[in-house]
Amino acid sequence: MNLTLHVWRQKNSRSEGRFETYQAKDIIPDMSFLEMLDVVNQELIMKGEEPIAFEHDCREGICGSCGMVINGYPHGGQKGTTACQLHMRHYKDGDTITIEPWRARAFPVLKDLIVDRSAFDRIIQSGGFISATTGVAQDANTVLVPKSNADAAMDAAACIGCGACVAACPNASAMLFTAAKISHLGLLPQGQPERYARVVQMVEQMDKEGFGGCTNIGECSAACPKEISLDVIARMNRDLLVATIKGGK
Amino acid sequence: MAAALTLYRSTIGKKAIMAITGFIGYGFVILHMVGNLHIFEGPAEFNHYAEFLRTIGTPVLPERGLLWILRVVLLASVILHVTAAVQLTRLDWASRPQGYRQTKRKQATFASMTLRWGGIAIFFFLIYHLAHFTFGVGIPNFAGHESAYQNVVTGFSNPINVALYIVAVGALGMHLYHGVWSMFQTLGLNGARTDGFWRGLAALSGILLFLGFSTVPIAVITGVVR
Amino acid sequence: MTMSTTDTKPSTTRPATEYIDPKLDAKIPAGPIERKWERHKFEMKLVNPTNRRRYTIIIVGSGLAGASAAATLAEAGYNIKCYCYQDSPRRAHSIAAQGGINAAKNYRNDGDSVFRLFYDTIKGGDFRAREANVYRLAEVSMAIIDQCVAQGVPFAREYSGYLDNRSFGGAQVARTFYARGQTGQQLLLGAYQALSRQIGLGKVQMFSHTEMLDLVVIDGQARGIVTRDMITGKVESHIADAVVLATGGYSNVFYLSTNAKGCNTTAIWRAHRRGAFFGNPCYTQIHPTCIPVSGDHQSKLTLMSESLRNDGRVWVPKTPGDRRPPSQIPENERDYYLERKYPSYGNLAPRDISSRAAKEACDAGRGVGPGGLGVYLDFADAIKRLGKNVIAERYGNLFDMYERITGENPYEVPMRIYPAVHYTMGGLWVDYNLMSTIPGLFVIGEANFSDHGANRLGASALMQGLADGYFILPYTIADYLASTRLPKADTTHSAFRETEAEINDRVRRLLNTKGLRTVDSFHRELGRIMWEYCGMARNEAGLKKALDQIPALREEFWASVKVPGENNDINQELEKAGRLADFLELGELMCIDALHRNESCGGHFREEYQTEDGEAKRDDESYSYVAAWEFTSLGAKPILHKELLQFENIALATRSYK
Repeated sequence: MNLTLHVWRQKNSRSEGRFETYQAKDIIPDMSFLEMLDVVNQELIMKGEEPIAFEHDCREGICGSCGMVINGYPHGGQKGTTACQLHMRHYKDGDTITIEPWRARAFPVLKDLIVDRSAFDRIIQSGGFISATTGVAQDANTVLVPKSNADAAMDAAACIGCGACVAACPNASAMLFTAAKISHLGLLPQGQPERYARVVQMVEQMDKEGFGGCTNIGECSAACPKEISLDVIARMNRDLLVATIKGGK
Repeated sequence: MAAALTLYRSTIGKKAIMAITGFIGYGFVILHMVGNLHIFEGPAEFNHYAEFLRTIGTPVLPERGLLWILRVVLLASVILHVTAAVQLTRLDWASRPQGYRQTKRKQATFASMTLRWGGIAIFFFLIYHLAHFTFGVGIPNFAGHESAYQNVVTGFSNPINVALYIVAVGALGMHLYHGVWSMFQTLGLNGARTDGFWRGLAALSGILLFLGFSTVPIAVITGVVR
Repeated sequence: MTMSTTDTKPSTTRPATEYIDPKLDAKIPAGPIERKWERHKFEMKLVNPTNRRRYTIIIVGSGLAGASAAATLAEAGYNIKCYCYQDSPRRAHSIAAQGGINAAKNYRNDGDSVFRLFYDTIKGGDFRAREANVYRLAEVSMAIIDQCVAQGVPFAREYSGYLDNRSFGGAQVARTFYARGQTGQQLLLGAYQALSRQIGLGKVQMFSHTEMLDLVVIDGQARGIVTRDMITGKVESHIADAVVLATGGYSNVFYLSTNAKGCNTTAIWRAHRRGAFFGNPCYTQIHPTCIPVSGDHQSKLTLMSESLRNDGRVWVPKTPGDRRPPSQIPENERDYYLERKYPSYGNLAPRDISSRAAKEACDAGRGVGPGGLGVYLDFADAIKRLGKNVIAERYGNLFDMYERITGENPYEVPMRIYPAVHYTMGGLWVDYNLMSTIPGLFVIGEANFSDHGANRLGASALMQGLADGYFILPYTIADYLASTRLPKADTTHSAFRETEAEINDRVRRLLNTKGLRTVDSFHRELGRIMWEYCGMARNEAGLKKALDQIPALREEFWASVKVPGENNDINQELEKAGRLADFLELGELMCIDALHRNESCGGHFREEYQTEDGEAKRDDESYSYVAAWEFTSLGAKPILHKELLQFENIALATRSYK
């Protein structure tokens, strides 16, 4: 099939960008979306033009590198699917596809579809961990974790840090990302001692990065390739309020 | 206090304020609507109810004492709710300086996407509404507070007023349709098990309040209440 | 290019000890195997806690090995500089490991022990791994689970709240801990969080989007690296007291592999060129359960966790060329070949054996799917036995992934799988202390050659990465620092200046060639050569052909590669070109190694050396050694050094899973 692409091109963070139009020819339904871009890029290179820069690595939906807004949807809008696992069988011959980078003040564009997501790393650095220095641990079966808690923690921990939640949110909020980590650790017994300090620090960092607030619209969760539920945000809100009552301890 | 201020600095804290003040407003509109329905019991009962509102709490409090306390609480709630909303909106708008060419939504409802606009509409309506029934603006021969019934009937004999009220309580219904659920979510009182309940309550609240509030003007203009 | 190596097959009449290369002292501690590590830990020198902040350690790579080492060394008080090419350390490819992590906890009470894990790993590796290292790995495996649980890794649990286990290929006990089908992700996030904590505390300086392009050796000691900032193109020097490479494997030499697109050999290959010996480069693991290639556009292969073989049954039609849909092939016309050939391990036969069996079936024309390059992995019986819900709970995310990629629903139609390159057991040679032949250069995780011999067992990669990073390197690197005189130096040293200049030259050369072919087209061609001649089965003629073709391709690459763009912005083609240039050198060494090893063992299957029923035929008398290659110059013969493997605790035996 043949497709028309409107792609955001931007040389670097200092320059202005704009949309360019490309033709993607002889695309096979079994290709992934990124493989379709590979085909376009090979052609661009042969024409002596710079290929479309996009971040990608594992191409199996787990590393969280790839991310682009495809026809208005982060990762293309298929349920629980990253751009690298989106396949061209969801498009038909003659379709026009608009491809844009994540848009958020906290995610400045570095080039074309690549944005700087280091804000997420800084949120984790501010408290998204359990301070278990190597060697301190006791036997793994000493502390029992009810299966339901372990499962809920795993649901939240499935976050791949791709940033689709921010991209989808009308307010470019990072609540789902931050709350997923807070829930993951807060649901486990090991995470209790630092639970309230963690939420205070992480929320503070999240706000400092320039993400917007949450208006409980739910687009983040709908766009999340790991289908993380809005419950985690309620949990984070609750923990922050309790932390305030406890004086952040 | 310091912790509360720190909390308020965060977006979550501002939203918590919105949730709490929203809850006060929610309680108020429920009582208000129930009160309005007294109109179907006739002028005497309705005026008596208005009188009751003024004298509630006496003799411990002076006449209108509790009413004023409530008014202060409500006014403070409105101010806080609006202030936080304005601050959050500015933050939210600043968070995406460059928008998308194409945006599609999967989850958002009309109510959730228009919450702010509905809020603004309600805010302006509130000013008009107070001017209307408290100060008698736009009511010919405003009969004073002793004849609340008469004022309602006169006020809603004007179809423009009726239309305005119905639009406004429509906006209120939408606001609550998203806002009531949002309130529980923001205060962290939501979870997988409660989600359906709160969403149901929110939808029910929005619909019932819309119906309850719009009954009165419709009843007046159709002549059921006169 | 000649194919022979400088070393010939040792005569079998001389006593084995004579072949131990003095340059290759593995520094294996004396004493019984159970006491070696304990005793070594005591004998190694320590760095006083207050002195640790005076040392700086460079760690390249932020996967399980790199992140765990960086976090642990920073916790101990060292200054750490950590580098990754991704935009965040959380994206390292360890994240893609699905199935699980082994540990000899014996929580199932099914007869597991440190010795059994040690034994299984040695046997699984086809007796080509160093006993002392493997024993230590099995020993520390338990502490890894403890550490991960303390960090909040949400391992699967039973209703009782206790940790759950599953079984994996090559073992008859259930010792694998898992977190759904995302164990690698959860373990990596645990290490990433520990690393993040140290970054937040200022003990680790993190350089993301930064690629190491060369190693700097001063007076025989590894003292730094030269990197390229992938955002600005800036080439920079970084100095330290020791350098640790945790840069993963080199499966991408095959172009199509299950590795992430960015995985590359540059760090270890550059170190190899600077003097680090390369151990067993030809040992590659072909994973049996991957989604088959769907066309020429294919950019990478996706693995389906080996854990699927716990409940899935592998089969092909009995008749070659049988093109009927699977549902129409009656039970008695199906060949459940793993169950037939290996009754005691059945569908859980080790990876190399399962992969080869699949290839054999497809070569015989019994393959299924497009091109006949696939076999069925069927869950119909398991669904009948356990119900769809149980299967969905165990493998739901894998089934969903399969459906996303292929458009087929594996609850209804059997999965189609085919082997794909997955892991490289080979890597830089290291001694017991995980130090390479360059003093001060340590190599951990998949980047080193150590613990897996000629074949790695499932769920052991995660174990090794974390063992090295959390529990082994922190001790051995301290010993090096405490016992080594490190002369003062800074990045103005000529070694840094010269390396920077070389890198800048290379970048300019790549950008200025402005040739006719894209980097990808060269990479695909290299991959095809490697897969064809140095893949699942190898033979002398093929390897010789590859050794003709690779240098020619390399020459063509440098003469006519087309790299658009500039150096001072993000330039992904330039990054790929630099990596491919190194793969084009490594590929040759892999073929040289494969050609010299005239036996079949584990992942290295030489068609000339097989038993009558097609199993690998080892030659312990001649090849029970680690082949450690020393770089001489490009195109010239590398020098082979041998580390003879001593099996004192496990008797060398023919590996059988029948």
